[in-house]
Amino acid sequence: MSGDGSLEWLRREGRIVVVGASLAGLRAAETLREKGFAGSLTMIGDEPYEPYDRPPLSKQVLLGVATADGTALPRRRALDATWRLGVAATGLDMAAGRVRLADGDEVPYDRLLIATGVRARPWPRPEEAELDGVFVLRTRDDSTALARRLAEGPKRVFVIGAGFTGSEIASACRERGLAVTVAERAAAPLVGALGGVVGAVAAELQREHGVDLRCGVMVTALEGDAAGRVRAAHLSDGATIETDVVVVSLGATRNTEWLAGSGLGAGPRGIACDAGCRAFDIRGIVTDDIYVAGDVARSPHPLFGYQFLSLEHWGNAVSQAEIAAHNMLSESADRIPHMWVPAFWSSQFGVNIKSVGVPSMGTEIVVAQGSLTDRRFVGVYGYQGRVIGAVAFDHARWLPFYQELIETTAPFPPPFPMVDRRPDGQRPMDADFPDPSVPTHGPTVTLSGYSPADRRMTFTPAH
Amino acid sequence: MTRSLLHEILDYANRADPYPLYEELRKTPVHHVDDGAYVVSTYYEIRSLLHDPRISSEARHLASTAHDPLAAAAQEEDGVLPPSFLRLDPPEHDRLRRMTNRPFGPPHSPHRVDGMREELHGIVSDLIDGIGDPGRIDLVDQFSYPFPVTVICRLLGVPREDEARFHSWADTIAASLDPDPDADPAERGKEAHEARMQLGMYLAGLIEQRRKNPRDDMLSALATAEGPDGAMATMELLSTAALLLIAGHETTVNLVTNGMLTLLRNPDVLRRLRADPRLAVPVVEELLRFEPPVQLLPQRTPLADIEVRGVTIPKGASLWLVLASGNRDPQRFENPDRFDPDRRDIQHLGFGSGIHSCFGAPLARLEAQLALSELARRLDNPRLLQDPPPYRQNAVLRGPRHLPIACDGIRP
Repeated sequence: MSGDGSLEWLRREGRIVVVGASLAGLRAAETLREKGFAGSLTMIGDEPYEPYDRPPLSKQVLLGVATADGTALPRRRALDATWRLGVAATGLDMAAGRVRLADGDEVPYDRLLIATGVRARPWPRPEEAELDGVFVLRTRDDSTALARRLAEGPKRVFVIGAGFTGSEIASACRERGLAVTVAERAAAPLVGALGGVVGAVAAELQREHGVDLRCGVMVTALEGDAAGRVRAAHLSDGATIETDVVVVSLGATRNTEWLAGSGLGAGPRGIACDAGCRAFDIRGIVTDDIYVAGDVARSPHPLFGYQFLSLEHWGNAVSQAEIAAHNMLSESADRIPHMWVPAFWSSQFGVNIKSVGVPSMGTEIVVAQGSLTDRRFVGVYGYQGRVIGAVAFDHARWLPFYQELIETTAPFPPPFPMVDRRPDGQRPMDADFPDPSVPTHGPTVTLSGYSPADRRMTFTPAH
Repeated sequence: MTRSLLHEILDYANRADPYPLYEELRKTPVHHVDDGAYVVSTYYEIRSLLHDPRISSEARHLASTAHDPLAAAAQEEDGVLPPSFLRLDPPEHDRLRRMTNRPFGPPHSPHRVDGMREELHGIVSDLIDGIGDPGRIDLVDQFSYPFPVTVICRLLGVPREDEARFHSWADTIAASLDPDPDADPAERGKEAHEARMQLGMYLAGLIEQRRKNPRDDMLSALATAEGPDGAMATMELLSTAALLLIAGHETTVNLVTNGMLTLLRNPDVLRRLRADPRLAVPVVEELLRFEPPVQLLPQRTPLADIEVRGVTIPKGASLWLVLASGNRDPQRFENPDRFDPDRRDIQHLGFGSGIHSCFGAPLARLEAQLALSELARRLDNPRLLQDPPPYRQNAVLRGPRHLPIACDGIRP
């Protein structure tokens, strides 16, 4: 497709369809226009709303200091797009180049970007999930409904799952003065993403803020009253928690069902794509006209042994969207790889938590700065003698340094003196991640599969 | 050769335009000045060192600098007050900065700065109203200097009638920050010492008053704090208050003056700002890149031997980070020597970066935005009477000592 003018034609009058009208979809569309795409642009989204920002939904909105309808994403530029909002995509015909919609319409494309993201994993028993007072939290509507219920002053909120979202919900509830019980299957909150050493700090933090935290337990049943309102939760240790609001926070499911049978390499783990965001078909052949970005994508990362990473991170969605858009409009020699170093943040119980790299690949951790007892520290994760990730509690300003260590595969533990490195910070500990074969709510970084190549490469950021 | 380049930068004769020298400096991103300081001048290296936990801001980690007049001149602490958080590493730095932030910014005081907007506007209006002869204005003496002094005094709770004394103390102490190799360090050190003493005694008295009768100001909040870190010791509070006073106006005066100077040299931007005061936001960001009030940070030192661009900077060496040069690094910014408020990618080093990044940045931004948009709106046909204007001695806190301008009249 190079040299024959087809790219010129695409830029001038081609048809680009973006399925998924959230952060990744919007930023990709804006990048397309910025790079001079003058053809037709169609944005398809199953929610009736224009693109909005999700991080505030589990924080400011639940605190009542912002409303869910006030989180629309700022626009970088005018899009001149056709918006098909409130209509889900239900199928893909790769051969004909068409997306089928729930209302029966078909939208033809010359290039397709899939950014359908993830949705909250529901409570597995539908009859219990439908009880009044049982919530999940992912969308603007979810957040509005939960915030309204919290404002009514429930007697107790019960959160299932102490991952980042569950912990943030518990934090918001405590800040509103509501009684909260959190049930977590693992030994501590956040262990899937950050391991047991840091999880223990998170557990202390929750308890100190008055959360009734129950770890190492499963929820066996949710019980409703005669009117169909939830009234209690039963735990595997025999305990019963009386509650009138339950928030199910068990991680996310990737929105790929609509691609079943399409021939695209899509499944429960996401849509496999190359480092240039081009989707693989089920034969493992990379497509030329279908691109993927955001939470739904899985792509190989040279820095992490070419494992396919899928990252539910805000910054990743933006970066991947921009690269997908760039590559869509570029000759193969001008394409750029998506080599974003994973990073995410959370804010809970007055603490800013931020991480870079892939902590969950780490086997050891060392507290390089500050101290766990103060709950202000940088924890550095090691994997096979190199630095693979870092997490900061109220210490985020140092993280660019650790990102450089990760990018340059620096030795672990870091051998040099640093400001505020304590005697304890010389000694690596077992990072204490749970056995990956035991299911949990899921970390925010998942690793799955390997590429055939196993070369080491020197990774240098685009300075 | 390298020595002479650094001396040229510090030479007062080059104060008006050090940027060609910075360009020369960037050819060697890590300069070693004969047995003395290591000077880093390129954007990515500076930014990386600002986030490097192997770099200390504490004077005690510096190896002996007796033989190095440049490094010695860069020392401003003299034992009257304990070091402020500017010259401390974590965890002490973090604790003091956290406690100081509590009554100043989010999350505990998100409205402190924004709540001063009207008051700032009033101060700006009064100062412009008070300009006498429009044919001969010294923008520094009549506007840029009194404005931030008044603001910082009101923020802290220093009475207006004492402000004149602050001018003189702060001036003396700020001049001692200047690593000018020609001045007599002993004499200047003595003056700075005296100024610190008097400032400290004055503040101690004021803190005592505020402890008894707290008001809605920062000094009262700091003096009566009951946060999770407890109250600040009196000596710590004195250091902190002195830091806020000096940093709060010695820098902003340059930002505002450099701003007006730059606008007068770029009349098209001045015209646009007059028509649309919202342009003040990108104008001030670009100013912080183009003419940063703090040109370089001369007070860091590595805790271990570190390698930067192939040069080993030894433990205890004096490390200078030339922010103003990094801001003009063509590796980072397109057309770096062009003043362009429409620049979209503008992550300048004007406020530093990392844990020591400018504490007062939100206030400085608001002050400069209000000052420049009001000056643009109210001065009728303003023009420079002298270009370049006469500069202050200080090469670190660089800015005009006077800015003679004229205009046809003052609009209401």
